[in-house]
Amino acid sequence: MTAATTAARLRRIAPIWVVLVLVLVGIVWRDPTFADPPTLLAFVKRSAPLAVLALGQLFVVISGELDLSVGALITACVVAAARLGEGDPSRTWWIILLVLGFGVVVGVVNGLITTMLRVPSFITTLGMMLVLGGAVFLWTGGSPTGALAENFRQYGREDIGPVPYAVVILLAIAVAAYFLLHRSRFGHQVFATGGGTRAAELSGVAVRRIRVTSFVLSGLLAAVSAILLAGFAGLSANAGQGYDFQSISAVVLGGAVLGGGRGGIGAALGGAFALQAMFTLLNLLGMAAPLRDTVQGLLIVAAVAFAAYRLRSNR
Amino acid sequence: MTAAAHRHVGSSRPVWLVLVLLFGVAWLVVALDGGNFVALPNLQNIAQSSVALGLVAVGQSLVVLAGSLDLSVAYVVSVSAVTASVVMNGSAADIPLGLAAALGVGAVIGLGNGAVIVGLRVNPFIATLGMSLVVRGILNALFDNFAGAVPDEFQALGYDAVAGVPVSLFLLAAVVAGAWLLLHRTRFGYHVYAVGGNIEAARASGIRTGRVVLVAHVLAGVCAAASGVFLASRLGAGAPWVGPDGGYDLESIAAVVLGGTALAGGRGRLLGTIAAVLMLAVLDSVFNQFQANAFVQTLVRGVIIIGAVALYAFREQS
Amino acid sequence: MTSAAGLPSIRGLLSVRGVSKAFAGTTVLDDVSMDVRAGEVHAVVGENGAGKSTLMKVVAGLHQPDGGELALDGRVVRFQHPRQAMAAGISLVHQEFSLLPDRTVAENVFLGREPTRRLRVDRRAMISRTATLLAESGVDNVSPHSLVRRLSVAQQQNVEITKALVHRPRILVLDEPTAALAPHEVDALFARLRAMVHRGLTVVYISHRLSEVFQLADRVTVLKDGRVVDTVDIKSITPADLVRMMVGRELSNHYFPDRATDPGKGPVRLQVSGGGNDAVHDIDLALRAGDIVGLAGLDGSGRSELARALFGVQPFTRGTVQIDGSTRRLTSPRAAIRAGIGLLTADRKAEGLALPLPARDNGLLAARALGGRVASAAVAALVELAVKVGLRPEALHRESRLLSGGNQQKVVLVKWLATDARVYLFDEPTRGVDIGAKAGIHDLMRQLAADGAAILMISSELPEIIGMSDRILVMRDGRIAGHLPAGAGEPEIMALAVPA
Repeated sequence: MTAATTAARLRRIAPIWVVLVLVLVGIVWRDPTFADPPTLLAFVKRSAPLAVLALGQLFVVISGELDLSVGALITACVVAAARLGEGDPSRTWWIILLVLGFGVVVGVVNGLITTMLRVPSFITTLGMMLVLGGAVFLWTGGSPTGALAENFRQYGREDIGPVPYAVVILLAIAVAAYFLLHRSRFGHQVFATGGGTRAAELSGVAVRRIRVTSFVLSGLLAAVSAILLAGFAGLSANAGQGYDFQSISAVVLGGAVLGGGRGGIGAALGGAFALQAMFTLLNLLGMAAPLRDTVQGLLIVAAVAFAAYRLRSNR
Repeated sequence: MTAAAHRHVGSSRPVWLVLVLLFGVAWLVVALDGGNFVALPNLQNIAQSSVALGLVAVGQSLVVLAGSLDLSVAYVVSVSAVTASVVMNGSAADIPLGLAAALGVGAVIGLGNGAVIVGLRVNPFIATLGMSLVVRGILNALFDNFAGAVPDEFQALGYDAVAGVPVSLFLLAAVVAGAWLLLHRTRFGYHVYAVGGNIEAARASGIRTGRVVLVAHVLAGVCAAASGVFLASRLGAGAPWVGPDGGYDLESIAAVVLGGTALAGGRGRLLGTIAAVLMLAVLDSVFNQFQANAFVQTLVRGVIIIGAVALYAFREQS
Repeated sequence: MTSAAGLPSIRGLLSVRGVSKAFAGTTVLDDVSMDVRAGEVHAVVGENGAGKSTLMKVVAGLHQPDGGELALDGRVVRFQHPRQAMAAGISLVHQEFSLLPDRTVAENVFLGREPTRRLRVDRRAMISRTATLLAESGVDNVSPHSLVRRLSVAQQQNVEITKALVHRPRILVLDEPTAALAPHEVDALFARLRAMVHRGLTVVYISHRLSEVFQLADRVTVLKDGRVVDTVDIKSITPADLVRMMVGRELSNHYFPDRATDPGKGPVRLQVSGGGNDAVHDIDLALRAGDIVGLAGLDGSGRSELARALFGVQPFTRGTVQIDGSTRRLTSPRAAIRAGIGLLTADRKAEGLALPLPARDNGLLAARALGGRVASAAVAALVELAVKVGLRPEALHRESRLLSGGNQQKVVLVKWLATDARVYLFDEPTRGVDIGAKAGIHDLMRQLAADGAAILMISSELPEIIGMSDRILVMRDGRIAGHLPAGAGEPEIMALAVPA
């Protein structure tokens, strides 16, 4: 292999992996135990809710839209699961189905309003965020009640053998998402829809259906993320707070472009892990918790500026 | 002149009509319940509650018309409120300094937004989201509650009224008038519409498009800062949560689109935004009269925003 | 600004010296030099894709050259922004309209140059000066108050020209200003331009319509494949000479592949009876397997609209469409594609390709949308199809936006070949494509027809229509104005295309 092709290959590696490796090295430098498999797995488990959420968001972003409602959807799912389950383990199964179904319904509504009524998805999902926030808390009377059953929470905090449930679930979803986005007809049409809507339409792509399906995936994965988060962090009135923008940050860090047509599963996962690892590192460095936000902000701007620069220089 | 103005697409007239209608319905509903919607305190209340969002929304209108977006306004509100109250620190003599510092910080953040968008060609959504996170982090690391205090003299801005009209309403009116003149009577305003409408055409017409976007962002920062100053005078001091608690980032964008401005830029009217802000305030007021749950308000707000934009999209098609 | 307009001057007013420009690795201008003299009408001609528009964008400061320089009055100038070119007295009338549809005529005309009084835009002055400018350039049917979106295409063109005159330019560059105009509007435009030249304006006129060049120009520069062939005095040459310079060889049927031996004998693939919608009316037409039917007509005559109706974009609301003998309702592109139709659009970048995607994914786009066996067969045959259209297989892995115009068009061709389409609607198949690729596309069309496909080819280039068609349809005002056999000439086509 010549030097030139090596360089070309290196250039094709998503820069987010470099960032992730650097941050991980930084973490291990401060805390050598981090490299131990159990700690590492715990880190993956901690990242799982954001990673799953980012995968859903990725489909929406590549199709040329945006989903701001996922944070409110997570909160709604967690609160509803507690309220309906009331800690009763025998209800867990249908509650899981209900939560997932609710995610799908929210996705369908987001998708239909965006495509049929031609409301920009920024507004649709912003409105959905308000509606969900209002409706769920109206229903629960303002403060979440009920409890989460042990066997509902196991997915977010228990292990199967040495491996946390959450890691297994994340892995399964990541593989499925990879095949769906990068190996299926549907995935190719998601890219085409976002990369050239008109051209896709004129090539027979059912652009609206593709977009609605993307929103459905985002809603469904937000519901999965809610189940993981409910187990990991428990019942809270602001369970999903901040996750909407964090999931967008993760996919953008992974090289997806707002506007559509670009992005990848691997790099989006890298983005989610990098974000989580960055938070871990800042903790270890003893920086005030709020400065996480500052670093996240600088990181996403830098990532997008870099991507814009790379696109302009035609590589 | 009026003839020409009416030919503009997206006249704000329908929005004002809806506002009047809504006001009438509110009056009626409250009257049926035995209340008085048009009682002076209630009207003052509506006006007061419009000011904070109104100021932010004016700036947001400018950037949206220019084809951009500002998600950092909520934290600009906080920063300027805290800056004003810390710099003034209860001393009337420091009011001018506090004002300058607060507005200056807003301008600098706006400049930062504009520079990243224009210079580094970062998508405005990401650029201003990033800025919002940066500012939030710094602000929360430095302060966790009310800091400093504004002098009593300065609280006049938040509480006094002249002939029944709240002083703060004059501030909003002045900012709206200024922004209106800027948009519809100056070259800069013409160029804002051109850049938002078709940036390539604007450039080909000799407009320095980057500068227009940059200035629009600076003005959005200053408007949000003015809102922060107002809130500091209302609350007696600034706190890092005043902006995000008001939801000014997304609410201001909602008001802009509710007022008939296209999110894509280049089309819409400033006065439509103001009518939308008043509409939201009237709604809140009705809900408060019935002591409805705050969550109902959020829910209704969400439905109205989506419905309105769907209606605009529908009208655009036909 | 001392005007050299009145004096006859040999000295170049504007000199282009060795200008080069490349986009995404494709050379568009290669060492281009030309001189424009004060007070002349200087035509720049060349085929589509010869680099005319790019050259003019460099002159007007919209693009910065990669190499070479511009000189005005002998002094080197460097334009970083269009406003610098305007300040220097150069104004460009764009091929694509650069007007804002939601602003008034006056606001558009003065965009970027609004007169102010004490910081405020002097709207009264703006309106009255717009009225004066419109009157000066002989436009009497446009009000300064009108919204641009309410104007006809010809009116918009006039506003565009008026806008360019606001700067009181010394040099006015017009890029294909007649593309959207009817003949009487063209005459009016020329009369106005002559009057302005008489008053001292220098005009650079870009066109690929030779008759216009001979009517208007003093001198002409011929571009071919991004290079200057020559600059000559218009009086010293004949149209045939000019064509030879443009295409580099005699324009004859050798330039096009041979026709099928017995056209008009294949089975009818597509038949429209009484088809119509808002844009086209009373369409009766039959496309036979093995035939290439040329569709001619002026811009706005309904050519593209007919193709779009057949493809289900703006479906017919009246009449019937039969494909291979059975009636089909083509109410969406999906339905049309399922029925075996493929549309190659004139606007390749907006409608033909999803630009960020690798060429491969664009080539498979329509087949994948169809799904099933078509999709898997297409994946298997992709490389073969690429070779068939003359696309290097390596190019399949490049991002579509980085390909040259010719290769992009080949990718679009692959897209339709991959669906096994039997009816091809080609809207300007060789627009913005270099000569070599053009010949390749023509060969391929012939081959498709020979393999039994039916082809409808829209082109605004009459030589292409004449050279390729087995039969020619001419459209006017949304109707088919007449049929002509192969071998019909320019005069017959124009007689049908131009309103009486």
